[in-house]
Amino acid sequence: MTLDSKVPGGPVSEKWTRHKFDMKLVNPANKRKFTVIVVGTGLAGASAAASLSELGYQVKAFCLQDSPRRAHSIAAQGGINAAKNYQNDGDSVYRLFYDTVKGGDYRSREANVYRLAELSVNIIDQCVAQGVPFAREYGGMLDNRSFGGAQVSRTFYARGQTGQQLLLGAYSALCKEIAAGGVKMFPRREMLDLVVVGGRARGIVVRNMVDGSIESHAGDAVILATGGYGNVFYLSTNAKPCNVTATWRAARKGALFANPCFTQIHPTCIPVHGDCQSKLTLMSESLRNDGRIWVPNKSGDKRPPGQIPEQERDYYLERKYPSFGNLVPRDVASRNAKEVCDKGRGVGSTGMAVYLDFRDSIQRLGRSTIEARYGNLFQMYEKIVDDDPYQVPMMIYPAIHYTMGGLWVDYNLMSNLPGLHVLGEANFSDHGANRLGASALMQGLADGYFVIPYTLGHYFASNRLDPVKAEAPEFKEAEQSARQRIQKFLSLKGKKTVDEFHRDLGLLLWDKCGMSRNQAGLEEALRKIPEIREEFSKNLVVNGSADSLNQSLEKAGRVADFLEFAELLVLDALERKESCGGHFREESQTEEGEALRDDVNFCHVSAWEWAGEGKKPILHKEPLVFDEVHLAQRSYK
Amino acid sequence: MANTINLTLKVWRQKSSDSPGAFEIYQAHDIDTDLSFLEMLDVVNINLEKNGKEPIAFDHDCREGICGCCGAMINGQAHGPEHGTTLCQLHVRKFRDGDTLVIEPWRSRAFPVVRDLIVDRSAFDRIIQAGGYVTVRTGSAPEAHSLPVPKIDADEAFDSAACIGCGACVAACPNASAVLFVGAKISHLALLPQGRVERERRARAMVERMDLEGFGNCSNHYECEAACPKEISVRNIARLNREFFRAFVKG
Ligand SMILES: Cc1cc2nc3c(=O)[nH]c(=O)nc-3n(C[C@H](O)[C@H](O)[C@H](O)COP(=O)(O)OP(=O)(O)OC[C@H]3O[C@@H](n4cnc5c(N)ncnc54)[C@H](O)[C@@H]3O)c2cc1C
Ligand code: FES
Repeated sequence: MTLDSKVPGGPVSEKWTRHKFDMKLVNPANKRKFTVIVVGTGLAGASAAASLSELGYQVKAFCLQDSPRRAHSIAAQGGINAAKNYQNDGDSVYRLFYDTVKGGDYRSREANVYRLAELSVNIIDQCVAQGVPFAREYGGMLDNRSFGGAQVSRTFYARGQTGQQLLLGAYSALCKEIAAGGVKMFPRREMLDLVVVGGRARGIVVRNMVDGSIESHAGDAVILATGGYGNVFYLSTNAKPCNVTATWRAARKGALFANPCFTQIHPTCIPVHGDCQSKLTLMSESLRNDGRIWVPNKSGDKRPPGQIPEQERDYYLERKYPSFGNLVPRDVASRNAKEVCDKGRGVGSTGMAVYLDFRDSIQRLGRSTIEARYGNLFQMYEKIVDDDPYQVPMMIYPAIHYTMGGLWVDYNLMSNLPGLHVLGEANFSDHGANRLGASALMQGLADGYFVIPYTLGHYFASNRLDPVKAEAPEFKEAEQSARQRIQKFLSLKGKKTVDEFHRDLGLLLWDKCGMSRNQAGLEEALRKIPEIREEFSKNLVVNGSADSLNQSLEKAGRVADFLEFAELLVLDALERKESCGGHFREESQTEEGEALRDDVNFCHVSAWEWAGEGKKPILHKEPLVFDEVHLAQRSYK
Repeated sequence: MANTINLTLKVWRQKSSDSPGAFEIYQAHDIDTDLSFLEMLDVVNINLEKNGKEPIAFDHDCREGICGCCGAMINGQAHGPEHGTTLCQLHVRKFRDGDTLVIEPWRSRAFPVVRDLIVDRSAFDRIIQAGGYVTVRTGSAPEAHSLPVPKIDADEAFDSAACIGCGACVAACPNASAVLFVGAKISHLALLPQGRVERERRARAMVERMDLEGFGNCSNHYECEAACPKEISVRNIARLNREFFRAFVKG
C-alpha cells in the first residue's frame, strides 16, 4: 500500500487556496441527497455537523453523553491559538506554522500545519460572532496570553474555561441546525463498529446506552471525531469515557493507525494521591506564565517550602533554558520534572511532585491580578488538595493528557478507507510528536468549521456512490458481532472488575511506555499486555443485562479495545528507536539528556495496518518532506 | 497515613424510567477522606460488582466540575453540602465518620429518572434548540475586532455563560422551575452585541419551550442560586423577565 497524502502542489502558503479552487463542488440542490454520519460532537464533531448541515447535507450526529454539550472538549482550560498578531509582537501565520512544526519536533506534515495556522484567524472571528465571551481588555478588544513553546502572545482565552465556551459555541450552532432539521442528534449512543460496503465506509453500528438496543445507521460518508485515547493509561486528565473504541474498530476494518506512540504528558497536573483515584486533574499550562517551577537543591529536603531559603531552591527550568524558562514546551517540562524527582529532589508525601510557586508574581502583580487570571484554577486546586495556593506553592507532576497519534488521514482529512474522514484529536495530522498548548482546540475547530465542509463535498462530487441501506448484510454482520462481544462479557462471571483490569493496564503502560521508554521495558510490556488480555477474557465480571443501561458493560467494551490497542502503541514505541517530542527513547538522547531525533531513519509517519487477530500489524511509512522549515535539533535554551 | 471514615449510604435504586424505585442501604467502609464523592461511589460499586450485584448507575464525565454530567441530591441538597461545588468536586473529607447520606436523583417532572441516579435532562437541550444561539453561518463572521465589546459586558456575559447545564437549579427549586438555566443563556446572549439582534425572538421561543417541557414557575425562593455549583446569580432571572417583557411589548 502506498500512502498518498494528496498534498497539493505549489508554495505552502498557496496550497489551500489553490486546492479549494481545484476541488469539485456539489450542486446546492443535490447536497440534501447525501447523508453524513458524524460520530462525536466535541469541538471537532459539533463544528463539522453544524457546518455541513448549513451547507445542506443531511447529518446524523452521535455522542456518548446525554447531551453534546458535555463532550471532553468542555474541560479545556487555557486557550486557543490564532495568528491574529493583535499584540503587534511579531506573530504571523508563518510564525504559528513554524512554531507548530518545531514544537512537534518535525514529525508533522508541513502542508497540514500551514493550513491550520492560516485558518486559525477565521476561528476566532467565527467564535466571537457566536457569542463566545473571550477575555477582553478595557478598550473592548480581545486579550491574549502566552503559552508554552511560543515567544509571542497569541492565545485567546475565556478565563480558565476556554474549552467550555468554545464548545458551548459549537453546541449552539449544532442546536440551531437540529432545530432547522438538518442534523438529527443521537445522544447516549456508543459506536461499536464501522461498516464498510464495497470498499467504502458507509455506516456505523451503535449501542443505545439507555435500552441496550443495537442500531445500524447507513450514510454516504462517516466522520469520526471521537477524541483521543489517553485513557489507555487509566489515569489521565481525560474525561472518564474517553476511549479508543471508535478509531480502533475502524482500524480493524482497514483504516491505518498513525503514530500511536506519540502521547503527550502534561507537566502541570495535580499529583497522584492514592489507589482509588479515578482520574488526574490538569492545572492549566497558562499557570506557567506567572508560576515558577522549583525543587529544593538538596535531595530529601523535607522542610516546608516556606522554610527553604531562596539560595537553596533550584528553579531548574529557568536555569537550564534561560530564553524560554518556565515556558518550554510540555515534553521538555515534563521530562525535567521526572528527572529531578528521580534524583530524589521531588517534594510532597510521595516525592513525586515539584512546586509551582506564585509567591513572586503575587508580590509583583498583587493577589487580585492573579485571582482574575487563574481564580477558578486556584479554587479547583484547593478543592482537590485542601491547600491554599495563594499561601503555599502548588504541587504538580506530569500526567498523560493528549494523544498526537490517531487514524491516518490525507490532506483532505480522509483516511485510507474511502469515505472515512477523521477530525480533531482522533486523527494524527497536525501536531507531530508533541502538541503545543492551545493548539488542540484550534485544530478541532479548523477541521470541523473550515476543512471538512470543503473536502467532503469534493469526495461526494468525485465518486459515484451506490445507495446503501442499513439492512445490508454488512450491517447485519457487524450487529451480530457486536452482540456476541456483549454476550461474552456478560457470560464470563469472573472475579475482577473492568476498572481493576484497566488500572493494571494503565500502570504497566505508564511504567514502561510513559515519560521515558527503553527497549527492555517495551519488550516486557509487549509480553505482559497479552497476559492481561488473556486474564480479562476469562476472569472479568460484568453484572446486569445487555438490554438496559449498564455502565460496567460500556466500560468492558472500551477496556477490551484498549487492551488490543495498547499492544500497537507499545510496538510503535519500540520500532521508533529515535527520541522525538513526547516520545523519549532512553537510548537516543543528547549529552545534556535532551531528545535526540534520527532524521535519517525516522523522518516518517508510521501508519499501522491491522493484520488480524494474533498477527503482527503491518507498518507503512509516509515520508515527511520539509521544504519550508529547516530540520534542526530543537533548542529552547 | 490517609484518614479514613465509614459512611452509611441510602441510595435510590431504580432499574428504568418505567419501573418502581426504592432506597437500598450500603456501608462504605474505610473510605480515604481524600477521595472525591464519586470515587467513594466507585469503591462501593466495585464491591457490589464483586458480590454479583449491579453497581449504582450515576452520570459523570469530566470529574472536574465543568461538563455538568454529575449530580444527585445528598441529604436533600443538590450536589451535596459544599457551596459552589459539583458532586464530582465534593470530597469525602467534607463528611464525618459515621454519617448517613441519603443519595437520590434530581426530582422533577421534566427530568424523568433513566436509572438509579441518572435522569433525562434532554429538556434543557430542547430549550437551547428553541433559540439559545446566534444565527450565524460558518464562514460569515466579520473580523473579530470589527466590533469592540466593553470589558464589563464581556465579563458579565461570561458569568452567565459559565452555566454547566447540570440541572441542580431545577432539582433545588420547590417548583422545579428552570428559569435560572434559561435566564443564564438569555442573559449571556443579550449582554453581547452579537446576540442582541435576535433577543426578542430568542426570549419568546425559549420561555415558550420551557413552559412546554413541564418546568414549574418561579416564585422567588432563590434555592436555585444557592444550589448552583457555578454560582450563577439570580440576576439572570431578572434579566430573563426583562427580556421576555421587552419581547412581549414589541409583539
Ligand atoms: C483537562 C484538559 C485541558 C485541555 N486544555 C486545552 C487547552 O487549553 N487548549 C487546547 O487547545 N487544548 C486543550 N486540551 C485538549 C483538547 O481539549 C482536546 O484535544 C480537544 O477538545 C478534543 O476535541 P475533539 O472534538 O477531537 O474530541 P472530544 O471533545 O474528546 O469529543 C469526542 C466526542 O466523541 C464522542 N465519542 C467518543 N467515543 C465515542 C464512541 N465510541 N461512540 C460515539 N461517540 C463517541 C464523545 O461523546 C464526544 O462527543 C485539553 C485537554 C484536557 C484533557
Ligand atoms: S462529572 Fe463533569 S461536572 Fe461533575
